[in-house]
Amino acid sequence: MDTVILLSRLQFAFTIMFHYIFPPLTIGLGIILAYLETRFYLTKKPVFAAACQFWMKIFVLNFGIGVASGIVMEFQFGTNWATYSRFVGDVFGSALAAEGIFAFFLESGFLAVVAFGRQRVSRGFYLFSVYMVALGSIFSSVWIVVANSWQQTPAGHHVVDIMRDSGSGMTPWVIDGIVQRRAEIVNFLDLVFNPSTVQRLSHVLLGCFAVGAFFVLSVSAYFILKNRHQEFARHSINGALVLALISSLGLAINGHTQAQNVYRYQPAKLASFEAHFDTGRADLNLIGWPNEKEERIDFDISIPGGLSFMVFDDLTFSKPVVGLDRFKPEDRPPLLLSYMSWRVMVGIGGLMIIASVLGLYYNWRRTLNDKRWLLWCFVFGIGLVMASNQAGWIGAEVGRQPWIVHPPVVWNEDGSDLVVGADGFYEYQEREGLRTVNAVSPAVNAQEAATSLILFTILYLSLAAVWIFVLDRKIRKGPEEIEITEDGTEHGFQDASSERQHARLSQS
Amino acid sequence: MSYELLCIIWFILLNVLLIGYAILDGFDLGVGFLHPFVAKDDTERRLVMNSIGPLWDGNEVWLVTFGGALFAMFPEAYASIFSAFYLPFVLLLFALIFRAVSLEFRSKRTSPAWRSFWDILFFAGSTLAALLFGVAVGALMQGVAISERGDFLGSMLDLINGFSVVVGLFTVALLAMHGSIYLYMKTEGVLQQRLYGWMKGSWYVYVILFVVVTIWSTMFVPASLQHFRNTPVLWVVPLINVLAIANIMRAIRQERPFYAFISSCLVIAAHIILFSANLFPNLVPAANNAAYNITIFNGASSRLTLTIGLIIVAIGMPLVLSYTSLIYWTFRGKVTLGPDSY
Ligand code: HDD
Ligand code: HEM
Ligand code: HEM
Repeated sequence: MDTVILLSRLQFAFTIMFHYIFPPLTIGLGIILAYLETRFYLTKKPVFAAACQFWMKIFVLNFGIGVASGIVMEFQFGTNWATYSRFVGDVFGSALAAEGIFAFFLESGFLAVVAFGRQRVSRGFYLFSVYMVALGSIFSSVWIVVANSWQQTPAGHHVVDIMRDSGSGMTPWVIDGIVQRRAEIVNFLDLVFNPSTVQRLSHVLLGCFAVGAFFVLSVSAYFILKNRHQEFARHSINGALVLALISSLGLAINGHTQAQNVYRYQPAKLASFEAHFDTGRADLNLIGWPNEKEERIDFDISIPGGLSFMVFDDLTFSKPVVGLDRFKPEDRPPLLLSYMSWRVMVGIGGLMIIASVLGLYYNWRRTLNDKRWLLWCFVFGIGLVMASNQAGWIGAEVGRQPWIVHPPVVWNEDGSDLVVGADGFYEYQEREGLRTVNAVSPAVNAQEAATSLILFTILYLSLAAVWIFVLDRKIRKGPEEIEITEDGTEHGFQDASSERQHARLSQS
Repeated sequence: MSYELLCIIWFILLNVLLIGYAILDGFDLGVGFLHPFVAKDDTERRLVMNSIGPLWDGNEVWLVTFGGALFAMFPEAYASIFSAFYLPFVLLLFALIFRAVSLEFRSKRTSPAWRSFWDILFFAGSTLAALLFGVAVGALMQGVAISERGDFLGSMLDLINGFSVVVGLFTVALLAMHGSIYLYMKTEGVLQQRLYGWMKGSWYVYVILFVVVTIWSTMFVPASLQHFRNTPVLWVVPLINVLAIANIMRAIRQERPFYAFISSCLVIAAHIILFSANLFPNLVPAANNAAYNITIFNGASSRLTLTIGLIIVAIGMPLVLSYTSLIYWTFRGKVTLGPDSY
């Protein structure tokens, strides 16, 4: 059973990380498509249409793989996490269903028009379709993040015994002496707006916008360095730098309050992020290596009281922060992974701010084209921004362990400390949550889980290789010079049929 | 509204989603199966692929929504079925991925080796997906051995037997017929003439397998007749089914592919309704102990979730239907190759 858990976790982590390469790209590019197409609609300058067409081709490529890997995620709850699915289905499934109905249909439908229909529909309708695609890709992230936030900070539900007809009326369903329970909705709005939804959703979307901005920066910087498509690159870089700065600053500000929220609802997670062992005044560690056995940080360089300040905005730098010592060893998240991924995310966030400020400054001074080192930073920077997104999720998900559905925590009256038991440890309400080790499918054996993991690894790695290969060629080829035959003239439904006549002739 | 009624409404809605998926993505899978046989050169291959190019993705969302709805409304069934069919479903996912990426990647290079590679994956993915859907249906009709909690007790080999394999082949034949009619509507010239033979041929294969599956299921899956005895109105469904099957051939002979297409949509819908009627009220029949059956009542979510789901559907479905029609309208008529095509 233990191997099945391990393999299922590895498989989930691997497949979701693969999936999460693509949504940020599509969500981020969606915004940029909407911007470019609006400009084209208003100015009718072909350069905007060419740019939109170029990014759209890349959007479609990413979208296809995003969709294919997304279906894997949806099925996987059932295949590998059956016990979890039974526990959360009542509260969680609605979000997935809503996602399908509200977001995926919208996005995939209008993407057809955007990708294949420029010649078939009017300019206004084309613009509308681009907006719908951008909106749909943003919607696609909403419900899944709601669902994930619920399992981090559950609300709007209660955990009840499942009742079964035992012959003499409805009684709790007991199997092998264990009462079967599940979470059921009490209040839908409380569930959707659980304590972390708004913060996490804004953070996730900002992260996606950052990916879009830095992706465009990367390609444009490459064109400038190679002295190609100058006009296109200049147009793209202006907007992208602004979006990059806004999203990186937004991430830092929003991330700061989000961390405070994490402390409030998942103190063990924040303590692992910071490797904060002893409850009390907390330092902000800058450099170090957490030593789990000795419960201290080796090579420690810290700002004294810094974490107290960050968590409470406390100018005395002294308020006590709950540390890992409040939690039984088996209730603590894996330390090194949480600590590292958190540092990677925040560190890269800092670099992003610096890079976008520098870029804007030189761009304003009109010397950006000479700063080749900075342009090269932009070319490769997109990799770091993607890594930062992945690191954020690793921190959020690994920091939630050992829980898959995190139970609420109880604070004392003035909120300064957890209510601990006689042994000094915090006692989680087991009944209110679900441990990851209890969540997998009993029907799946180690052999099956290993087979699927190996197959997914092979498939995804090859897909990633082909994807990068095709993407690279697309980018090297660059935007095509479009002569806008349809500029100004409305290309309505009527024209579509005459188009077809042409194609019919050329085909026979 | 009583809780039982809510459960039944959701059972019907799930059928609607499944029918939507089978009809729409059904022709995509059929086209994928026919692709290497009917298209002789690269232009024809591209025409075949682009006949579903803008549509397949939206069609697949019906499956995504079906999965989400099953998870939300009948979590017990979702968890039990998906974990029971573990490896087949992993294969199914692979098949769907192959289909998706081969459409996406094929046109990105012109070298013949590159294109043939993705052609093969496109064919294999589509065919395997149809086959696995059928096998899963066949296995579910016979029931599976599950524990009291609903966890599958058997192994993968229990799911693959004569009956489920025949249902799998039957599904491939049905979708091949459906897909060939669709392609016939979307193409012209020599390609279309070639498809004429495929429409007729797949119709015969389908009819033969239909007879085999019908006899087999009535003889060896006895529960399947129960409901027809209790609710004779249900006989309307097989009646319509048979009429629609006959009408397909009639319409093909008269060269009115649109009527043939409507009829084959009806056939697909009728099959799914018959399948569900066989199962009802079970979602997962327990072959080992009827007390462990997962039904639409004991496997459902709470009243509040079922109600919220209905509200979501009431708001969302009209939207979905309106823009699905809009997209189909935009891409109506014969396929052509343009600068944006795959
Ligand atoms: C480009 C990506 C990116 C960047 C630069 C940052 N983040 Fe982030 N972060 C994410 C992308 C992300 C994310 C992938 O979107 C996560 C994963 C889960 C979530 O809600 O958002 C996340 C999670 C996440 C969490 C955990 C939330 C939870 O577990 O509920 C915190 C506390 C922060 N972030 C805080 C920050 C801070 C203080 C940053 C300072 C610059 C920062 N993030 C930069
Ligand atoms: C919505 C329901 C979700 C569930 C039930 C879920 C569950 C899980 C589980 C069980 C693991 C393995 C835990 C471990 O090995 O420590 C995991 C890991 C992970 N999840 Fe989630 N997750 C969900 C949503 C998401 C989302 C939306 C993302 C982001 C795209 C995400 C990103 C990750 C990542 C990056 C890991 C890797 C952590 C690791 O390496 O262990 N998860 N998740
Ligand atoms: C465990 C978590 C997740 C599941 C089960 C899941 C499920 C899915 C599914 C089924 C699809 C395909 C939809 C289609 O056919 O059109 C999809 C695509 C998509 N998902 Fe996910 N998803 C998860 C995590 C996320 C997260 C965290 C985000 C965004 C923050 C996201 C954003 C998207 C987007 C934008 C698409 C459209 C395709 C693309 O842009 O690549 N998903 N997802």
